[in-house]
Amino acid sequence: MQRFEFPRFEFVGRFARNRGALVGACLILVVALMAIFASVFFPTDPLRIVGLPELWPGEDPEFPLGTDSLGRDILSMIVHGARATLLIGLFASAVATIIGVGVGAIAGYFGGWVDEVSMRAAELFQTIPNLIFVLTIVVILGSTLTNIVIAIGIVSWTPIARMTRAEFLSLRDREFVQACRSMGMSDFRIIVSEILPNALPPVIVLSSLVVAGAILFESAVSFLGLGDPNVASWGRLVGDGRQLIRSSWYICAIPGIAIMITVLCLNLVGDGLNDALNPKLRDR
Amino acid sequence: MSLLSLRDVRVQFNTAGGVVRAVNGVSLDLAVGETLGLVGESGCGKSTLGKAIMKLVPVAGGEIVVEGVDIAPLNREQLTEMRRKVQMIFQDPYGSLNPRSTVGRSVAQPLVLAGWKADATAERVETLLRWVGLPSDAKQRYPHEFSGGQRQRIGIARALALSPKLIICDEPVSALDVSVRAQVINLLEDLKSQFGVSYLFISHDLSVVEHIADRVAVMYLGMLFEIGGRDQIWKSPQHPYTKALLAAAPIANPKLARARQRTVLQGELPSPLNPPPGCPFNSRCPMAQDRCRVEKPVLRPVSNGAQAACHFV
Amino acid sequence: MGGSALPLEITDLRTTLFTRRGEMKAVDGLSLTVGAGETVALVGESGCGKSLSALSIMRLLPDPPARIVGGQVKLNGRDIVPLPEETMLGIRGKEIGMIFQDPLSSLNPVATVEKQIVEVLMTHTELGRGQARVRAHELLELVGMPDAARRLDAYPHQLSGGMCQRVIIAMAIACSPSVLIADEPTTALDVTVQAQVLALLKKLQADAGMAMIFITHDLGVVAETADRVVVMYAGRKVEEASVDELFESPLHPYTVGLIGATPTPGAARAERLADIPGMVPPLNALPQGCAFAPRCKRVMDRCLTEKPNLTVPGAGRLVACFAAEGG
Repeated sequence: MQRFEFPRFEFVGRFARNRGALVGACLILVVALMAIFASVFFPTDPLRIVGLPELWPGEDPEFPLGTDSLGRDILSMIVHGARATLLIGLFASAVATIIGVGVGAIAGYFGGWVDEVSMRAAELFQTIPNLIFVLTIVVILGSTLTNIVIAIGIVSWTPIARMTRAEFLSLRDREFVQACRSMGMSDFRIIVSEILPNALPPVIVLSSLVVAGAILFESAVSFLGLGDPNVASWGRLVGDGRQLIRSSWYICAIPGIAIMITVLCLNLVGDGLNDALNPKLRDR
Repeated sequence: MSLLSLRDVRVQFNTAGGVVRAVNGVSLDLAVGETLGLVGESGCGKSTLGKAIMKLVPVAGGEIVVEGVDIAPLNREQLTEMRRKVQMIFQDPYGSLNPRSTVGRSVAQPLVLAGWKADATAERVETLLRWVGLPSDAKQRYPHEFSGGQRQRIGIARALALSPKLIICDEPVSALDVSVRAQVINLLEDLKSQFGVSYLFISHDLSVVEHIADRVAVMYLGMLFEIGGRDQIWKSPQHPYTKALLAAAPIANPKLARARQRTVLQGELPSPLNPPPGCPFNSRCPMAQDRCRVEKPVLRPVSNGAQAACHFV
Repeated sequence: MGGSALPLEITDLRTTLFTRRGEMKAVDGLSLTVGAGETVALVGESGCGKSLSALSIMRLLPDPPARIVGGQVKLNGRDIVPLPEETMLGIRGKEIGMIFQDPLSSLNPVATVEKQIVEVLMTHTELGRGQARVRAHELLELVGMPDAARRLDAYPHQLSGGMCQRVIIAMAIACSPSVLIADEPTTALDVTVQAQVLALLKKLQADAGMAMIFITHDLGVVAETADRVVVMYAGRKVEEASVDELFESPLHPYTVGLIGATPTPGAARAERLADIPGMVPPLNALPQGCAFAPRCKRVMDRCLTEKPNLTVPGAGRLVACFAAEGG
């Protein structure tokens, strides 16, 4: 009997083979640790005025990344902002994944008119420009963190639904599903415990990319001044520095770079996951 | 009472090109302890018929009777009861097991659905794996760690879980290598003598069917053309299609292969979307007359003791 | 090129797969000759190296991971292993033709049958387009395509599997190659269509005197088509004999097992099929001695440590087995 490596180790090995993904994952880990231990590093409120306004990075060793127009510590704000930014990304992606997988699974498994209706609905969502749709929802429902997360989730679920549907379409006629049906297993159970685990790998890849997309959406919303005023996300920091962009451009640039690096890393991780989970590339 | 009896079973699919009558009025009986071979070329409806019995495809007409009970009007609970009696083994050993379920979980599935307790299930799974000749540590491993033949054994263990009376084998050895194929055939025969299970053995491979079947049914474009004892069919086939099919099957013996006179059947299977009127075989039949192009033949007893559907035998 | 050279003469062909899991000897020292008008069947189970042997002969190996690492393939007296790919382009389809298992995927789905045959003809012959079209029609008639004139304008998806295989055969024989390699040409076909295609191949071969290598796992097909049979196991030739001798008195325990495992219609019904226990070992985990030893009923101590070489037990026969040698 052939012996194979334990699948989970195999997965880690394949993921680590992709250098970019490894670097991305490490940086994401750093950002996540920053977010988790923000109050350990900077126990004081990041929005408190602590020094002279508009200190450039390196000008005062106490504030390595400088201060903003009100004299707040940018480094402290970045570290605390990581928490809000990551949470928004993760929750928005979770909302999108739940809606997308639910709709896609039902459409793909049952087919027929259920499929028709769901896919037409998805198309409807896709025809509306995403940013405008998010802004509209936020303006109507109000600028709270929850509403922003829901709004981003609502515009981001369609690709996940399409991916899930395609996976279900190809899996539902496989013989192991027929075997389950021939045993009298209920549709719900077949969908959740038999097909879904097989359909998830590509969906996970897509979800990791939606996290990146969500961070960008939130940044855009905050930049336009429609973000939650009680949350200091990176997007809000960029927005706050807007007026001084010609003189003290670092106030915008530093959170901007943080956003860029995080989004880039999430994309690298998504690629790595794709390589690791995509069986077609195995053994190469 | 026969274990399984089919009366005028019909299955049809609506496709973009029109209605395909995949199974077009098939009647047959399968006795307790019997192996009935169901042979025919691709598209003849043999697999569809197997799936119809398992209720995997919608049945458009006719009766499917298991131990005297028509399964069409059964509710969910009664169907579960019926499914304990009839199980299925699938063709593709790579597709018939969930790649993300352990072997133990796959084999236990029918037991769990039947409401077995965890410890009884675990014990039963061990027994089943032993019966089909797999090591008991197989149960915590995943299908990709097994070869095609071993996977087919796992599928057989799953089908045996609830001690069914009938197992529908849909091309169970077609995807296997010769030496492994013999192992699986022998296993199926051993299980039959051990547990008295009956098989509906669906295959396109005539040599395998001749080896395993007690009786044989020949299908063509959704119709049953001939049904009878294995020796009746092989020694004195009556229907022209059965004759052609047997003549076309390669014989693994060069002397016998050269010795037999061989009439190669011309033409190919007509599209099931628009089968010829009358007898569906009339477009290829060497004996076809005008009557065959108008009137569909019915199954009736013929001289060799079997039944055949042809106007001229 | 000597006029007396055999159409195909393979000496000690070695093809290795270079993969992440290590080097695998997919074809390990295969020697084989095929005379004009002769059909040699290459038999074995999946993974025995029969298809990779064919691709090696065609120089069509997927590289990476597969590469020819040694040996000669002499086509009409000329070793084609060292030839550059450009030269091979002129040889493939002209001197050596190949038929694949899956007829539909070996045809270009967006070109008509006529265009595909004409292309082959215009690549390898001096024929003009008009002449090539006439020849394409003749070829389709030759391979027994029903309603050939109309099928010229058809696309592959409009044809059945058997008709696609006929088109492939027409393309393979278009330039009258001296060697034809058929890799499981009837496995994807129905029994009655398989019989048609086998009869067609036999007839074409007899008419043109082609040398044919017929790769199959089906001993029934072997018995129907082959003159000589080469049995392969785990990349090596384990037995070679004329078709009658092989079925009558197989020498290698693996051949004995294969024949016993194949039910013969019309023969007396055995209670059980003689099966071979276990399964084909993966190429990256071959045993040290004879690859068949773990499954062999006649295994001896020697088999576990030493690989048996081919010996000549009788005229025209070869076998690689210590037990068969000893009687």
